Amino acid sequence: MKFGQVIGTVVSTHKTPGLDGVKFLIVQPLDENRQPNGEPYIAADSTRQAGPGELVFIVASREAALSLEDSFAPVDAAIVGIIDDVHAPLLSNGAGK
Amino acid sequence: MYIAKVVGNVVATIKHPFFEGRKLLLVQKLDLDGNLSSQYDIAVDDVLAGVGDKVLIVDEGSGARQILQGGNNAPVRAVVAGVIDDIDLVTED
Repeated sequence: MKFGQVIGTVVSTHKTPGLDGVKFLIVQPLDENRQPNGEPYIAADSTRQAGPGELVFIVASREAALSLEDSFAPVDAAIVGIIDDVHAPLLSNGAGK
Repeated sequence: MYIAKVVGNVVATIKHPFFEGRKLLLVQKLDLDGNLSSQYDIAVDDVLAGVGDKVLIVDEGSGARQILQGGNNAPVRAVVAGVIDDIDLVTED
């Protein structure tokens, strides 16, 4: 699982039936110091409570679909938690608080 | 699987029900010389590891679900599967 920051929402009405009821957010992937790292992508929100600005953790690949009600939903990334706090005293560059 | 160091804890209140009661650790991959690399993961702890421990990480969904008994639909890939006591690396020189 990786850190991500929600930077937007995606609304789609006409979509493949497997995606009905799935909420999509735009996520900026972050490195271990919670700095942007890589291109933003679209992730399903299995918590249903995440929104723009929030720090989340993401599971990718086959396991993303397992977080949804339909575990065969055609998704490749999903938000599985909203992070309150990261306590990382041993982080390599000391940026952890 | 790879060797990593536990560098921190991750706290989340709102999360997928599978994660209820489970501990999330921030781990950073180590190279064979024991240096931290830039690769990290958020892993579910199954062995009571803590910050500073050198650990063994399984980064594969099916293996992770086998370790974490709690359903076939666990949305998990990375699991701390062991605390490493010692590494003996034989080098030719």
